[in-house]
Order: sequence, then structure tokens, then C-alpha cells
Amino acid sequence: MKQSKPFAITLDPGSSLANHTGSWRTVRPEYIDRLPPCNHACPAGENVQGWLFHAEAGDYEQAWRVLTRDNPLPATMGRVCYHPCETACNRGHLDESVGINAVERFLGDEALRGGWRFEPPAAATGKRVLVVGAGPSGLSAAYHLRRLGHEVTIQEAGPVAGGMMRFGIPEYRLPRHVLDGEIQRIVDLGVTIELNCKVSNVLEAQAAGRFDAVFLAVGAHIAKRAYLPAGSASKMLDAVSVLRSMEGEERPLLGRRVVVYGGGNTALDVARTAKRLGATESIIVYRRTREKMPAHETELEEALQEGVLVKWLSTIKQAGESSITVEKMMLDATGNPVPTGEYETLEADSVVLALGQDVDLSLLDGVPGLGIKDGVVQVDAGMMTGHPGIFAGGDMVPGERTVTVAIGHGKLAARNIDAWLRGEQWVHPPSHELATFDKLNPWYYTDAPKSRQPVLDTIRRQSTFEEVVGSFDENTAQFEARRCLSCGNCFECDNCYGVCPDNAVTKLGPGLRYAFNYDYCKGCGLCVSECPCGAIRTVAEEI
Amino acid sequence: MSHQPIRFYQTGTFTVGNRLLPAEERSVQAKARRTNSLNSGHRACQGCGEALGARYAIDAAMDATDCQLIAANATGCLEVFSTPYPETSWQIPWIHSLFGNAAAVATGIAAAMRVKGRSDVRVVAQGGDGGTTDIGFGCLSGMFERNDDVLYICYDNEAYMNTGVQRSSATPPAARTNTTLPVGEALGNRFGQGKNVPAIAMAHEIPYVATATVAELHDLEAKVRRAMQFRGARYIHILVPCPLGWGHGSAETIRMARLARETGLFPVFEAEHGEVTSVSKIRRQLPVQEYLRPQTRFAHLFRPPGHPEVIARLQQLADRNIRRFGLLDGTEAAP
Repeated sequence: MKQSKPFAITLDPGSSLANHTGSWRTVRPEYIDRLPPCNHACPAGENVQGWLFHAEAGDYEQAWRVLTRDNPLPATMGRVCYHPCETACNRGHLDESVGINAVERFLGDEALRGGWRFEPPAAATGKRVLVVGAGPSGLSAAYHLRRLGHEVTIQEAGPVAGGMMRFGIPEYRLPRHVLDGEIQRIVDLGVTIELNCKVSNVLEAQAAGRFDAVFLAVGAHIAKRAYLPAGSASKMLDAVSVLRSMEGEERPLLGRRVVVYGGGNTALDVARTAKRLGATESIIVYRRTREKMPAHETELEEALQEGVLVKWLSTIKQAGESSITVEKMMLDATGNPVPTGEYETLEADSVVLALGQDVDLSLLDGVPGLGIKDGVVQVDAGMMTGHPGIFAGGDMVPGERTVTVAIGHGKLAARNIDAWLRGEQWVHPPSHELATFDKLNPWYYTDAPKSRQPVLDTIRRQSTFEEVVGSFDENTAQFEARRCLSCGNCFECDNCYGVCPDNAVTKLGPGLRYAFNYDYCKGCGLCVSECPCGAIRTVAEEI
Repeated sequence: MSHQPIRFYQTGTFTVGNRLLPAEERSVQAKARRTNSLNSGHRACQGCGEALGARYAIDAAMDATDCQLIAANATGCLEVFSTPYPETSWQIPWIHSLFGNAAAVATGIAAAMRVKGRSDVRVVAQGGDGGTTDIGFGCLSGMFERNDDVLYICYDNEAYMNTGVQRSSATPPAARTNTTLPVGEALGNRFGQGKNVPAIAMAHEIPYVATATVAELHDLEAKVRRAMQFRGARYIHILVPCPLGWGHGSAETIRMARLARETGLFPVFEAEHGEVTSVSKIRRQLPVQEYLRPQTRFAHLFRPPGHPEVIARLQQLADRNIRRFGLLDGTEAAP
């Protein structure tokens, strides 16, 4: 053999690519998607992180489309939701939670401004579904069923659609043109709404319209009463009818000194409405303490700013001609209010009871198999009542009574109705594991304080029904969206690609994320610990 | 500051890349077509900080010189793990001669390029802390003194790791190495010894001196880019944690470098012609324990009965750096 090279360098230089260092590995990194806490907390099941991802890039229409896959009412939701997503937000551990609700509102308003429409529904299935009630739950169910290709009719007892969003939430929190715009978009999708059409017997209504399934969402409209010994001249009203009459021609006459009895959000809504109607004194009487109040803290805060007064630890004992007698309470060891025997008199032109609402279940009389407990209809995990083919959601079933929960019920029911119509059972796809704060590497997130929404002057809040909380402009909305940590979901920051000492991460291009090259990955785990958002995990290698 | 922080909220300043930034504003390491000057298949340990630092620095130098780059390498981990005969991980012209002469070899290459009229070709010399602060120190000082047109990069992992973790003049006080064992009265490496080579380089008044860590990619790349704007002798000292010699998890390499900076134990700065021109401010200051505790080379300081007096001395070193370089002053450099 011809020896052309000196001894000891007889081999040509070769690339180290021949050396597959992946064989050293005992653990391997894997890309995963974890469930962001915002998505996890959303009663409407929104993919919050998913739509913020598009909003960050300024692609608001795509963000809105991802959002409305789960919730057809973002402009409404962006105003009235109590945003449990923000309570759960991991950014709260860093500085303050992301202003998800305000960004949602911005997207919803952009959609109304831009006249964005839903994509046309899937191919017609030939199935007909009756939805009873055009509140948030009914509208949500109708929207989702329509998108799946079913023919949907909503029968609404009232003269206009919206349910409690219209008759329960004051205009200063939800301007009516916003609600109207979002309902119209659902109608444009091909949902029929029959107004002034009270269903008095659900089975008859179903048979008459040849509907294959029914979704009940009649809400809870009957005000609970409390027995109060009252003089004949005293003006006693209930919160539901006060708020409802705000939508009519004649505004309620409450007088100059209004007392509201109750501690929920409805009590605050009435008290704030009374203030705007010209009451000089708007006093809430509540039997427990501020900590125990079921009303949302921000609403209470806004009410106090507007001059609403609260009498804590008080019950109304008696209502006289132009005054009421209040008894002071104290909390016992278990936190329950007990009377003290101390009395006080308050001047009052009217007393409004806001003690909760009951469901009008008369339309269910004679329906076999139905379970009713504590005044609400019992449903299974798929929102179906004891009567096959009749589903129910919103305030008339057990659960928290908020717009967001109602919208979630509508979506869940729609999926189950769709499966039921095909003779199948809808199964929730397996959830990803939760992206808890300890899964993140927060070093990589830049410090950025939360943006604040503009708020109307207190003076104008006491006399007009103008919207109290203002909107973000585009810059602020995008800034806020970019505060998202993208918990558990890759947002293509290139960290794994950059920090690998073995170049064992391949960048697949925009939107395509990355792949591991296991030929060279030694399993050091640097990509896992330096991934800001916790979208990589380590698993043991099978040896 | 040669590195401009990106005012971009989700990420940007601290992550390698950002999908929302225009391509030209992203780091070299974020590019899909970066040169990968140190290629896969090298035999560095899992989580090697030096392999990472070398790719960061040389890729940045390649980017800055339009790929007209030659590297001379001292003996050490980097040389051994990248070029076991007959394989090489280097995708650039690369030469290794001896442990102590990398600076001299680079000087020779630079002279040859000058003779050939190839002013476009730039020269880098690189080595570990052993090859730089101890064995190659004479050649390095000569290169500085003559102001040869070479960028010398020291990858500092604070001991001779390739031969089994022996002390170098870059080993920090109190650290355990196999030649500074904490036995009897001794508590690891002695205080008051060792060399501060970035300061010595500055004393030569060469055009450019900088320190960097593998935890701050944008800063590191900006410094390499800046160094390539000068002719003459330049020196960059990069802290590269070593999972083997420091005794931390292989996934902790970048965190260790970050902690070294955030505690003030490793000041990150740059200097031109002997004057400090910018410092990298501490973002979230931490006590030195946070840095020491995860490393087994400092484990003897925490074993009962503990040695708070030694930790206090190390904290004094950090505080001195913080004072000296103004690491806490003013507004945050990278918002």
C-alpha cells in the first residue's frame, strides 16, 4: 500500500458529526404544551394564551378568531367578566397579572369596528335544536351548535335578546350597542331568534317545532323575597325589576334616599343605578362584613368611589313609611351573623331587595325524568337533564351565576348535544398538565408594569349612564398582550436553540417551532431549565 | 454600552431570539443559518459552558468578519474535546500548537496575513484560563504589549478541568480543586492569590478589553462585534461554568453564570484603551450564598459547623466589585 502521508496522520481529517454523542444520554428533553393557568381558570374555556399569542404580533383578527372559537361575545365578556383568568395568571407572581380582560375587550371592539364576521358554519346536518332563552348561555349554545352545522332556533320570552346581560347589567358597565352588535353577529351566522315567544311547556314546544334536541337557558329572574313587616306607604321594590325597568320607557322612581338590601353584585348594580337616577343617598344594607361580601371587589370599589354607602353587619328589621329600622349584627365564632338587639333608624324613600333570584321552572311541568333540587334543574356532566334530549345551562342549573359560566355552559352543552344527536357521547379531550409558576424561568421576562384602563370622572359617574371603564388603544392593548408569559406554550424565543452546547436543536422556521436532534443531544437539560415558559420537559431515556 | 437593550416586553432583552423582532435585530445565535463554528459531535461534557461560550463567541466573530476568520487554540478542554484525531468539530480554519503559545501563534498568523495583504482576514486566539492566565501568560502579555492585531478570547472555567480539576491562577478563593482540597485547616483555595487578567490586560492599555458570561448572549455578541471594530490587541474574558469542576447540575450552567454576575462576584464590563467604558448592571442582586451553595466545590463552606466567616470574605469580594464597577448604580441597564 502506498504511504502518501507520514506516520500518525494517515487519516484525512473528518467531521465530528461522525460522533453521535446522543448515545451518552440517559434523559431526553421533549417539547410539550402545558395548560396555562388562565385557560385552566376560564369558565368559558377560552384559549387565552392562544389568542394573546396572535395579539402580541398585532394580528388582532386572528386573535379574535381564536378567541371566538370558544366565546362568541368577547366585547361583552371584556366588560362584564370577573376574569378568574387574571386571578390565576402566573405573571401575578412577578409583578401583576396580565390585563387579559381589557385586551379581550379591545379585540371584541376591533371586531365590531371592523365588521368581522364568523366563518360560515359547517355543512348542514339536518338536525334542529331549540334553545329556550336568549341570554348568554342560550346565545353561546346556539352559536356553537350553528357552527357545527345544526339548525338553531332561540325562543325568547322577552322583547329583545340578551337576557341578564341586558336586564341585569346596567348600561354603564355594558353599553347596549356593544351587546346588540355581538348578538347580531350570531344572528348573521344563521341563528333564528323568535322574540316575545314564551315557552310555557317545553315538550309541546319541541314537538310543535319538530326539534331533535332542546337546550334550556331561561335564567333566574324571580326575585327572592324576605318577609319584612312594612307600613302600607313604604315603597318596596326588587332589584330584578328595578334593573329591568331601566331598559323600558319609564325609569323607576326610587326617590332621594334609597336603601338596597343584599350583598351581591346585583345589590351594587342597583345602588349605583340609584345614584345615577338622582338619589342623594344610596345605602346598601348587608348583614355580614366586607370580607364576606359575595360581590366582586372591583365593583364594590367603584360603587364606593361613586358615593354609595354600605352599612355592614346590619339587617332590616322593619320598613316604615319613610324610614326603616336596622338591627346591628355581629359575627359568631363560625362567621354567621347573629342579632345584637341594637337598633337604628334610616331614612328611606324606597327599599330595594337584592336577595338573589329563583328560576321560573313552570315550563318544565310534566316533563318526565327531570330532577329538580334547591330550585334548580339537575344536569349530568354533559349538561343533559334527566330527560333525554333536553339539556340545560346558565343560571337555571347548579353553579356560579355569572355571564362567563353561562357562556361555558352553552359551549359544553352544544358539544354534548352535537354528540348526542349523532348517537355518541362527547368526551373531553385529555387536558395538558398545568403550567404552574415553578415550571417557568422568569428571569427571561422583562419587567413591565400592568397597563391601566381609563376611568370616567366620578362626577359623571354619579349622574350619567356613560361607560365607567374605558378601552385600551392599540398600543396599550399590544403592550399588555406582550406581557403574557406564554406559560407552558412555546412562543419561539430561540432559547433552546441558542443554549444547546451541542447544536442539537433544529429551528424549523416561523410558526413551526423546533425539533431535537437526538443524534447529538447529550441530555444535559440546559434547554429545559432555560426555557422561559416551561414548554420542554425531561423524560427518562429507555436504556 | 455596545449592547442596546431591546424594549420589548414579553422577551427580547434576555432571550436568545424573538419571533416579533426584524431578523437584523436578532442575535447571531437566533439565526437558522448561524455558522455553528463548533459543530455537533464534540466530546465536551453534558452542559459544557466552554463549548457554549466558544460557539457564541466564534459564531459572532464569523458574523462580524464575513467569515474571514482564523483561530489559534491553546491546549485545554476546548482543544481536546473538539479535535480528537482524526475528527474536528471546527468549521473554520483552526490551528493548535502548544499549551502556552496560542497568543504567539496568532501573532504569527496575523503577521503572515499582513505580509499577504489580507487585511480582511481576522485572527482569533482562544484558550482556557490555564492556557491564558498561567501557562500562556508570557506570550499573551507580549501580544498585548506589541499591540498585535489579534482578538484573544479566554474561556474561564476557573481551573484545569481537562486534566482533572487542578487549581489555576483563575480559581476563586475557597474553591475546592484537587490541588486545593479542604482538609485540616485548609478551606479550599487561598485568599489573596491569583490573577485578575482583564485588569492586567487593561494595564497594557490595549484598545479593547471586556468580560462576559454565557448567561448574557446579547452582551457577549455585542462585545465580540465591538472587538472586531478595532485593530490591534483585544481581550475578551468569558466566564464559562463547568458542571464537572464546579460540581453543579449540567442543566445549571447558565444559571451559575447568571448568579456569578448577579451576586457581583464576576463583574461584567468593557474597557477601551485602559478605561472602563461600560458595566453591565446587576438586575436582581443576590447574596453570594445563592451562587456558592449549588456548587460542590464550595460545599465544605456549608457543612456543619459551617464557615460564615469565609462566606463573609467572599461577600466582601463581591461588594468590592460592586463598588469598583458601580454595578448597582443608576437605572437598570436592561429594562
